[in-house]
Amino acid sequence: MAANPLVHGPQQPADMLLRDVHVLDPRAGVDGRHDVRVRAGEIAEIAPPGTLAHQPDEELLEGQGRRLLPAFFDPHVHMRTPGHEHKEDLDSGTRAAAAGGYAAVLAMPNTDPVLDSAPLLRSLRDTAAREARISIGFLPCITRGLQGEQLTEMAELRQEGAVGFTDDGMPVQSAGMLRKALQYQRLCGGVIALHEEDPTLSRGGCVHEGVVSAALGIGGIPTISESTMVARDAALAGYEDARVHFQHLSCVASVDAVAHAKAQGWRVSTEVSPHHLLLTEQDVRSMDTRMKMNPPLATEADRQALIEGLRSGTIDCVATDHAPHAREEKEVPFEQAPMGTTGLETAFAALYTGLVLPGVLDLKLLVERMTAGAQLFELPTPHVVPGELANLTLVDLDAEWVAGERGWESRSENCCFAGRKLHGRVLLTLSGGAVVYRERAFSVVGA
Amino acid sequence: MTMQHLLSIEDLDRAGIERIVEQAARFAEVSDREIKKVPALRGRMVLNLFYEASTRTRSSFELAAKRLSADVVNFAASGSSVEKGESLKDTVLTLSAHKPDAIVLRTPWAGAAELVSKWCSAAIVNAGDGKREHPTQALLDVYTLRSRLGELDGASIWIIGDVAHSRVARSNIIAFQRMGAKVTVAGPPTLIPRGIEALGCDVRFTLDELPSADVVYTLRMQRERMSETWVPSLREYASWYQVNGKRLSPRQVLMHPGPVNRGVELSGEVVDSPQAVITAQVEAGVVVRMAVLYELLAGASAPSTSPSSGRPEAAGAAIGERQPA
Repeated sequence: MAANPLVHGPQQPADMLLRDVHVLDPRAGVDGRHDVRVRAGEIAEIAPPGTLAHQPDEELLEGQGRRLLPAFFDPHVHMRTPGHEHKEDLDSGTRAAAAGGYAAVLAMPNTDPVLDSAPLLRSLRDTAAREARISIGFLPCITRGLQGEQLTEMAELRQEGAVGFTDDGMPVQSAGMLRKALQYQRLCGGVIALHEEDPTLSRGGCVHEGVVSAALGIGGIPTISESTMVARDAALAGYEDARVHFQHLSCVASVDAVAHAKAQGWRVSTEVSPHHLLLTEQDVRSMDTRMKMNPPLATEADRQALIEGLRSGTIDCVATDHAPHAREEKEVPFEQAPMGTTGLETAFAALYTGLVLPGVLDLKLLVERMTAGAQLFELPTPHVVPGELANLTLVDLDAEWVAGERGWESRSENCCFAGRKLHGRVLLTLSGGAVVYRERAFSVVGA
Repeated sequence: MTMQHLLSIEDLDRAGIERIVEQAARFAEVSDREIKKVPALRGRMVLNLFYEASTRTRSSFELAAKRLSADVVNFAASGSSVEKGESLKDTVLTLSAHKPDAIVLRTPWAGAAELVSKWCSAAIVNAGDGKREHPTQALLDVYTLRSRLGELDGASIWIIGDVAHSRVARSNIIAFQRMGAKVTVAGPPTLIPRGIEALGCDVRFTLDELPSADVVYTLRMQRERMSETWVPSLREYASWYQVNGKRLSPRQVLMHPGPVNRGVELSGEVVDSPQAVITAQVEAGVVVRMAVLYELLAGASAPSTSPSSGRPEAAGAAIGERQPA
């Protein structure tokens, strides 16, 4: 009997009445103002606004028409534990997620030691059961030590609660190696998530290869480094009828390769990050190390293709690739800096500000794509319907704030959106039936 | 216009470049005197902070600072706290405690000069940041060319060789165009970065049209590029891209930032030919760097705490005595 793939720390089930909130749940087909009652962590009642009476043993929150959404799911975060706790740990990382409106996240295995054995997974899940504010699942490595040479004990890892597998941070360079993992998936299940990069093409590069890399004299990473690997591995997945998930897509050619794979009926899914949806290589001209990530920010045409892919469904979900680094690690010349940006605390507001407000994407679609990751990884999707565990996010779409102005919940501050004025702020997050985040200025009204 | 730092050649418009090369011309007068020093920067401190091996650039900056009577401290990364793992920021903060007025910085990392300018109050001179820029090289090249050709308006300048790894190429593409020249870069396709044309230059993969050039600027072909298979062999590189007696016409000016690989990017005969201005470039290095330090430290924005003998007026007078029309 396999363990529950998601774990969280001790939680106090919530009893609260959310009065007059605008419930928006695209899957449940709800889009309107309601009173919502949460009892013992479950959504107990949803009724017309102003009709539910406040009971003395529950907290009362006046929603004033603010949006109540199914809480978000992020299939791609780096919690840096074990080994790099100076960047993030399970407490700070899940606090950051809760502040961003997330009820669940999936952590990557490129820690120190890397997560490639059942005892390590067990120990990490034990830590999560003490420290994690929200639900967290783990994707152990496909190959031992991220070396790309030998499979991990995938079946045992699955029994210990592995959600799926990934060598994120590194590609599985050998097609033969990946094929064995895809074959072995028939025994043990678990989605195989792929960081796509051909190191023979990307070596020496740290920004998108193009006009900006040429102007800065910084080595470029060509988009074919990603897209050729997406095409190759989609074909492998098709041949083996395996289930693969492509991580952090960044360019037109990769979107095309995924569209082709889906048209063939191959079982592939994919994600895109807020930064690839909102920023381009032009943002790298300043050589701000917060703009250094892998894959690198590409061109405006690539960005548009990613937005279109997200709209059409070629891209299934949004994932932050939350990658914290300590200040002193990022406060170095661009070429020396590690790759990655934090993203959990800004994802919704950045995308709402950058795509929904200008009319590029519908809010409903954004909410759908920010929650779709759960199902892709065979986990339950939060719904705002009675009888469901409360996994909810209350957001104030009118709130304006400057990213980072009040610091971060994350231990790290390397956020590519820092200093930007954003619209839309998470006020309250419930994960697994418990309040896991409350915006400080959001006053408690009742009880 | 006052300049606080020289981080990129983009910090200077055409008028700014002209101002510096004209000031350099005045300093050239000083270099011909028996006593080659002026008191312009007396009491000021220039720190040479070099993270990469450099002989000509560092000594040229050192000489420039000394001719302006500044105190010079050389800090080389090798054999220092850097080897003990000190970060660039901590090194700069530590050295800033000595209150340098200017830091001349050479690093293998693009954008390092910008970073350092945020961490301390000294004027920062970028003496090469990775493969990105080398603005004083561009200034001395403009100075050298103007001495030879007069204005550069309409001149066709070809930059030949390993453009991908060359900070000299990037700064010169910008500077030459600002001065009105037309720039073409040429080299093997593996060493011409995708997107370079966005800087406004033309791209060629052969030297077939080289006769149309007024100026032939060759880059150093670094031997380590061979092991990374950017080109099949030095022999093949030389046969396609070496500037030699057959390819160089007598009316063309030949430039090279040094050090030259004789027999690779240039044949020995052209290095020694009258068209070559390679030693003039080295000579220009000192006076141009004097002008840059003077611009940064003795300009209007200079702090007024310096002793009166080191004030810009005094310096101006010292030079002005023999200032040409």
